[in-house]
Amino acid sequence: METSQLQHTNRQYEEELRDLRNNLLKMGGTVERQIADAVQATVNRDSAMAQRVIADDAEVNRMDIEVEELCIKLLALRQPAARDLRFITTGLKINVDLERIGDLAVNIAERALELNQEPMVKPFLDIPRMATLARSMVKDSLDAFTREDCALAEDVIRRDDQVDQLNYQIFRELLSYMAEDARTIGRGTRILFVSRYLERIADHATAIAEMVIFMVKGKTIRHMDKAQR
Amino acid sequence: MAKMRLMRLSAYFGRTRALKEINLDIPESNVTAVIGPSGCGKSTLVRCLNRMHEAVKDARVEGEVLLDGENIYAPGVDPAQIRRRVGMVFQKPAPFPTMSIEDNVAAGLKLNGLGRSRAERAEIVERSLRRAALWDEVKDELGKPGTSLSGGQQQRLCIARALAVEPEVLLMDEPCSALDPISTAHIEELVLELKSQYTIVIVTHNMQQAARVSDFTAFLLGGILIEFSDTKQIFTNPEQQETEDYITGRFG
Repeated sequence: METSQLQHTNRQYEEELRDLRNNLLKMGGTVERQIADAVQATVNRDSAMAQRVIADDAEVNRMDIEVEELCIKLLALRQPAARDLRFITTGLKINVDLERIGDLAVNIAERALELNQEPMVKPFLDIPRMATLARSMVKDSLDAFTREDCALAEDVIRRDDQVDQLNYQIFRELLSYMAEDARTIGRGTRILFVSRYLERIADHATAIAEMVIFMVKGKTIRHMDKAQR
Repeated sequence: MAKMRLMRLSAYFGRTRALKEINLDIPESNVTAVIGPSGCGKSTLVRCLNRMHEAVKDARVEGEVLLDGENIYAPGVDPAQIRRRVGMVFQKPAPFPTMSIEDNVAAGLKLNGLGRSRAERAEIVERSLRRAALWDEVKDELGKPGTSLSGGQQQRLCIARALAVEPEVLLMDEPCSALDPISTAHIEELVLELKSQYTIVIVTHNMQQAARVSDFTAFLLGGILIEFSDTKQIFTNPEQQETEDYITGRFG
């Protein structure tokens, strides 16, 4: 369905819908930066930066509550229908994913703080690649949301496989290190966690992309395999 | 299954065409809501379903309306007979002012040759008031004037009056627009109860009401049927841009 060019007769309502979109984008911007900073803190062994990522979480939590309250207010006072209803319910769900992404970035920062206490196992190669991918998925899923762009959302969903592959690759590589030298098990496990957190971030970006497709087409594609979509 | 079927139905007031070739199936034992902005032809549409439209001067109808497969506009069909089978409840509750509650309910019986004996009449009155969910509130004061009731009760009295003649279809033209939210809730509850026995068509300005009570929704605009679908479909993901714009409030 084409996006309607018509504005709501009620300007205040129009304004509130715009606020919801902007708040979600702001929140998205913050968690994207959290991902980038958390991974940099890991790769560059920068504990001060890790602490900043952890501190930023309060801001994300505040935005989470703000977005949720706005959605509930819109549902209660405007009785939205059709596209507006799908936009607001999508907003409610995207909000949860963004908040969880923020938490996962904090988890990465926490592992960085622990890893920085000990010597490096090996230089990081795949983790930064994975982080770049996951971060671009978060960014593009939100761009798809703003532009109501299903093609971009579908592209995000496709990219999830690459992240999963990298996650597996990191697992196998670290396994060989840990099998060879038991002293690396503590650090190796922490890096495995970082990899797992990034994989989860990509999953949340995928969930956002799936919701965008629901919002635009009114069709649910979650829990469907690729052929069914 | 379609209880009523509109086939290329057009309605005119003089030279003005108020409805343009409407094709619509009204499913049996379901609630069908008719929504649309003022002047779109909602009321005209339901008034064509029991031959009330032609009661207006210079008004006429083209096309067919089938009731159980029979065209109600076929030559020789008695409009009074159609109006008994297809009852109507109006926007403003209008009980007959000089009549008691009981007489109001029984008003249509004689005309239709029903309730000839006293006992039969009393039985029909009670049954109709019960179906209209009013019996418990008025059973001890059936002799009081109908106009002594509250607005919401008066509307249920009018529903009882419509039900007394055993209609098959019940048309409701904005039955709640003069009522407060509690009385509205009573009527809506009643609509949901009645739909197992009657086919109901409800015209409403209130889209939340359409969403709450109906199984199917027809959206009219400028005398044209823009979309007819499952109510859930209409309110979550309508097919037509005009429907979308109207139900999301992007209109006029």
